[in-house]
Amino acid sequence: MSPQPAMPRSWRVDTKPHKFCPGCGHGLILKCLGQVIDELEIQGRLIFGCDIGCSLLSWDFFNLDTIQTHHGRTVPVMTGLKRARPDLLCIAYMGDGGGYSIGAQHLVNAAARNEKITVILANNTQYAMTGGQMAPTTLPGQKTETSPYGRDPELTGFPLQGPEMVGAIGREGVYSARGSVGNLRQLRRFLKKALENQIEGRGFSFVEALSACPTNWRTNAVETWSFIEKEMPKYFKTGEIKVPGAGREEVANG
Amino acid sequence: MSQKVISAEKRAFMTGNEVVAWAALAAGAEIMYGYPITPQNEIMHYWTRLAPKYGRSFLQTEDELSAGFTTAGGVMAGRKAFTATSGPGNTLMQEPMSMAEMMRLPTVVVVQQRGGPSTATVIYSQQEVTLTTIGGNGEGMRIVYSTATHQELFDYTIKAFNAAWKYRFPTFVLGDGYQAKMREPLTIYDPAERGIGMVPPEPFVGKEGIPGEDRPPAQYRNTFNLEEELYEKVMADVSEYEKIAPEVAEFQADGTEDADLVLVCHGVVFRAVREAVAKLREQGRKVGYFRPVTLRPLPVRQLREMVGKAKKILLVESAYGQLARLFKEAAYGSGTEILTLFRPGLGITAGEVEAKVKEILT
Ligand SMILES: Cc1ncc(C[n+]2csc(CCOP(=O)(O)OP(=O)(O)O)c2C)c(N)n1
Ligand code: SF4
Ligand SMILES: [Mg+2]
Repeated sequence: MSPQPAMPRSWRVDTKPHKFCPGCGHGLILKCLGQVIDELEIQGRLIFGCDIGCSLLSWDFFNLDTIQTHHGRTVPVMTGLKRARPDLLCIAYMGDGGGYSIGAQHLVNAAARNEKITVILANNTQYAMTGGQMAPTTLPGQKTETSPYGRDPELTGFPLQGPEMVGAIGREGVYSARGSVGNLRQLRRFLKKALENQIEGRGFSFVEALSACPTNWRTNAVETWSFIEKEMPKYFKTGEIKVPGAGREEVANG
Repeated sequence: MSQKVISAEKRAFMTGNEVVAWAALAAGAEIMYGYPITPQNEIMHYWTRLAPKYGRSFLQTEDELSAGFTTAGGVMAGRKAFTATSGPGNTLMQEPMSMAEMMRLPTVVVVQQRGGPSTATVIYSQQEVTLTTIGGNGEGMRIVYSTATHQELFDYTIKAFNAAWKYRFPTFVLGDGYQAKMREPLTIYDPAERGIGMVPPEPFVGKEGIPGEDRPPAQYRNTFNLEEELYEKVMADVSEYEKIAPEVAEFQADGTEDADLVLVCHGVVFRAVREAVAKLREQGRKVGYFRPVTLRPLPVRQLREMVGKAKKILLVESAYGQLARLFKEAAYGSGTEILTLFRPGLGITAGEVEAKVKEILT
């Protein structure tokens, strides 16, 4: 086994250690992303957009040109950029609140128009930055600050299925998958395929990553991993939902 | 990049929306992002017909939030990008424009005002002055040109792109439904033929080289951790804005030197006011007018000079005091009596203005 380099080359060394809480999933997702950027050698033409939510803490995370936008609005900013400069590669990085709630119309329409951008969404089942409120992804029974007795699906519905929604909207050329910080090799593979989809100009690509927020979940390490590996998969199946040129490809169901 | 849009200066007879599309093309705008709303739709209609012929592009977005934020993305890519909206769309436009204000983005937005509040009418008003000048959760660090004629719509749309890229404050052309839909003669021209140099756009991101290796990464944010950090950022913008304000501010005035009454107005209402003032002058009445072309920043020095000399002021607008609020703030401290003729959402004729003046001066 070759020793892993401490940091991906595309990371910005002078802004490390990063600003996420210990045990946060954002850092793991961005590590996978950094490795994929290195592997694809796209640092010189990739623009990174991050949202409001804990993803904003990545505004100076990479040695990449970066735009930190408004809550839910990273998809249109990167869409506008890509439309104006199709030679660039654009990533919109956001949380579940940003992508599925306040910015849902942008996600839906970008997928429908097959915008040639890559959206990466960290699903930590709640609004982390504002202190742990219920999100469209909160699990039934899960306690948050605005569902203190547990989310009641009768009153507030079931967890929104993002990659499935994108897969259903997307036509030929769309890539949609769900990975998890519980399986970094798979997540890296999905991120790479998503970016390749953009590089090859096929169309919209979307990866949701099941992520961790021990701070708002109020979990220790064991409980955190148990939530990611046992609770979240009950509602969120990992795997590829839509792959250009094929039907369903890799359905791992971690 | 772009071929010449207007080879020789020529007279044209067209609607205001068509004028804006031609002006944006002549100004070298490369991409428009937009969402349908009356009365600005035809800007998009003309743009989508003309743009492909000149290698320009268009994206119809899912709403005005997206139209504003894609425009932000477009300018950050280093392209002259613009959008157009009205009424409830302008309400949504405030969120992206507050980001443009914070990040000093050279966005251009054309607003064709309709009635308000809410959906109201699709026809006309001057009720989007407050929103366009100082909307959003910020300090209104914007440039706003309020046009009165189709010629001005053409001239100031071109100028808006230059102001935006020169000063890097979000820039607005404030028209209205009457100007949008009415047909009128004007002269269209290539800016270069008139000796108007166009400020070249410049990319914020995606420049040559690998960030972190060949150059530092270009990283833009609108979030700050500390009050002091934000304070310094805002105050730096305010002081830059105040410094450029005198060279940006424009106005038109006549007959204010000896006037018993000075009429103050903006936009299309200026047509009625100018006509009324001419008539009243013919009748030997000592009246004048003062019309700010820029509502942000206002021509404060000239405005205060005028107010200092005037015996009385009459503010005339198709809103319930939106220009008046801006005006009174700039004129603060003067003892001059300020009277008003407010017609929210209604057009104002020269006859009405004349009658009101006579009522005041008898
Ligand atoms: C228009 C707007 N509404 C509300 C907020 C407040 N806000 C900041 S972060 C956030 C939630 C972020 O949640 P999510 O997108 O899931 O990201 P996370 O912090 O969980 O990674 C909210 C609601 C805001 N910044 N802007
Ligand atoms: S609050 Fe949660 S999501 Fe935000 S940085 Fe901390 S652990 Fe990560
Ligand atoms: Mg979240």
